[in-house]
Amino acid sequence: MKNVAAMERSRLCVSEIKNKQRRHLMFMKLKQEKRKVAMKKKKKKERDALGDKAPPKEVPKTIENQRVYDETTVNPEDEEVAFDEGTDEFSAYFNRLTNPKVLITTSDRPRGRTVRFCNQLATVIPDAHVYYRRGLALKKVIPQCIARGFTYLMVINEDRKVPNGMVLCHLPDGPTAHFKVSSVRLRKEMKRRGKDPTEHSPEVILNNFTTRLGHSMGRLFAALFPHDPQFVGRQVATFHNQRDFIFFRFHRYIFKNEQRVGIQELGPRFTLKLRSLQKGTFDSKFGEYEWVLKRHENDVCRRRFNL
Amino acid sequence: MADKSQVCSVWVGSETGILKGVSLSKKQAFNFCEMSCLSRDQEVCVLGWGDEHETEVLVGSVNGTVKTFSTEKGIFTETRQCGESTQGRFTGIAVTDSALITCVETGLLRVWKEGSTDTVEINAGTNVCRMRQNPSQRNQVATGGKENGLKVWDLERPETPIFTSKNVRNDWLDLRVPEWVRDMSFIPDSDKIVTCTGHHQVRVYDPASPQRRPVLEAHFGEYPLTALSLPANQDSVVVGNTHGELAILDLRKGLVRGCLKGLAGGVRGLQCHPSLPLVATCGLDRFLRVHSLEDRSLQHKVYLKSRLNCVLLSSKDLELSSSAVTGDVEEVKEEGGEVDEVWDTMEMINDQAKKRATDEEEAVVTGVEKTTKKRKVVK
Repeated sequence: MKNVAAMERSRLCVSEIKNKQRRHLMFMKLKQEKRKVAMKKKKKKERDALGDKAPPKEVPKTIENQRVYDETTVNPEDEEVAFDEGTDEFSAYFNRLTNPKVLITTSDRPRGRTVRFCNQLATVIPDAHVYYRRGLALKKVIPQCIARGFTYLMVINEDRKVPNGMVLCHLPDGPTAHFKVSSVRLRKEMKRRGKDPTEHSPEVILNNFTTRLGHSMGRLFAALFPHDPQFVGRQVATFHNQRDFIFFRFHRYIFKNEQRVGIQELGPRFTLKLRSLQKGTFDSKFGEYEWVLKRHENDVCRRRFNL
Repeated sequence: MADKSQVCSVWVGSETGILKGVSLSKKQAFNFCEMSCLSRDQEVCVLGWGDEHETEVLVGSVNGTVKTFSTEKGIFTETRQCGESTQGRFTGIAVTDSALITCVETGLLRVWKEGSTDTVEINAGTNVCRMRQNPSQRNQVATGGKENGLKVWDLERPETPIFTSKNVRNDWLDLRVPEWVRDMSFIPDSDKIVTCTGHHQVRVYDPASPQRRPVLEAHFGEYPLTALSLPANQDSVVVGNTHGELAILDLRKGLVRGCLKGLAGGVRGLQCHPSLPLVATCGLDRFLRVHSLEDRSLQHKVYLKSRLNCVLLSSKDLELSSSAVTGDVEEVKEEGGEVDEVWDTMEMINDQAKKRATDEEEAVVTGVEKTTKKRKVVK
């Protein structure tokens, strides 16, 4: 119905365009639309005519479907990888020896948007403290954080009044990840959002972290939140990885009955892209990098991803 | 186990303490360890050949033990305690005339003689990053580290080094240039030593010349250079840095001849093949890569699941010529044949069949050719 109405509108407009070239282009577009609709109709007729003998509907090819098999994909029964993960820098958290304590700060002289973003992040992550940067050097901040028992240092970098980068450093000697942050939506800009998040610990969902690097990232995000989520709060933080972009969403859910769930988005939303993972605490000049994003090497194949 | 270790041409030590052997011709990697007693303090710091015929691999771990692995038998034959973990990690291991030379980060260089428990000790300063042995004069070793310049020691005269390098002159602001030697190598057929530093410099020292300052200095990149190796027959050097950038530098003028692509993590170990133009690299991205030096292309890429610390190449031919193929070709020739054309066609068919057979062997690890085949299957 909608298509027919649109076509009628444009048919009238085509004859009224005085410029021959533009009129010709509009007409060609019209004809293409018509042809498409006709093809669809014909295919549907053929399919209905064949009935049961019709060939199954072809699954459309997407970049995720065509993803090149990555040889670093973790096999769950792999002993060596299990040992590697069991004894890495996050093993203290996963063995329940430490509780997460996060320090959130920004680059020097942050503008309003970044400050509000940091405050909202602090409500989303339990036991998070926001401090002003005041021009301090990170290498001097890190030993003080370790002394006061912090397990994470999160630095939101700002450019032109908008947050655009994040450095997530696991303390005492853990890896440092540098992300590009984009599409930050604060609470005010969310449509149909619920009330502010409560103090309950959220559940954490980590989607689609399949490769070895993805596993490290997943563990990095999981260690930000306390071990035991408080289901009373009905809050969930989701880190969804798709095509090497990590989407963060924070929702409150409610089970209407056993099959249906209603969700309300609260809290900020942002997307992250990993730029580098450095072994050891923040040391961009002399640190050793475990993985660095090299754009030109990634541009070779559109179907190859790292996380 | 023994047949697995005899085929391996590349040995890699990992952070989880596992010694891995890789056979590039068969495209397979093997772990040589006991899975039950793995621990992080057995992390492999250094690898070295135990003898000239490359039948023994010496594995130095963080807890101070040096294990000997026999490539013919496929098992660890000996374990020696050469210091404790409090003395620092091993930074170099070498063998001369039945004596084992080890050096740790705190600067203690020791020569462990076979049979006797006393050792000859040399204090090579503090913060030593690397110790290497001169391949032509086996009793000379070089050490260098952070704020610890290059020193060449003769083990017969352990009191003073035979060559101590001097730092370069103050820079244009009249400030002292910091020194950080990360890796060094002796240039064959001469006295010279080439070092790479943590301040992205490559320097060549000549003990024969009267000046103790470097004879040549070259720069590459903006990140610390972690490993260095000399290819055969050329005056060039291959260096790797913490960002995974590998470059071939020319030592005549100090210019970059080309870069090798593919690495995503910091280079921890780098070695050029003694005769073929190949270089093997291992690093924090858990891959072993073999590049060809002539066209700078990637020949082999092996995923090895743990972060890799050091790599050791054997001098035997790494390529596809496995012993089975050469044996059968010789038999065909021996059977005799007067008509050369017929024989030529017969040999070619046999070779193709053999190549198909070797390709179809199951691969734990994929080489470059294998990945293209897999892509075709997926599509």
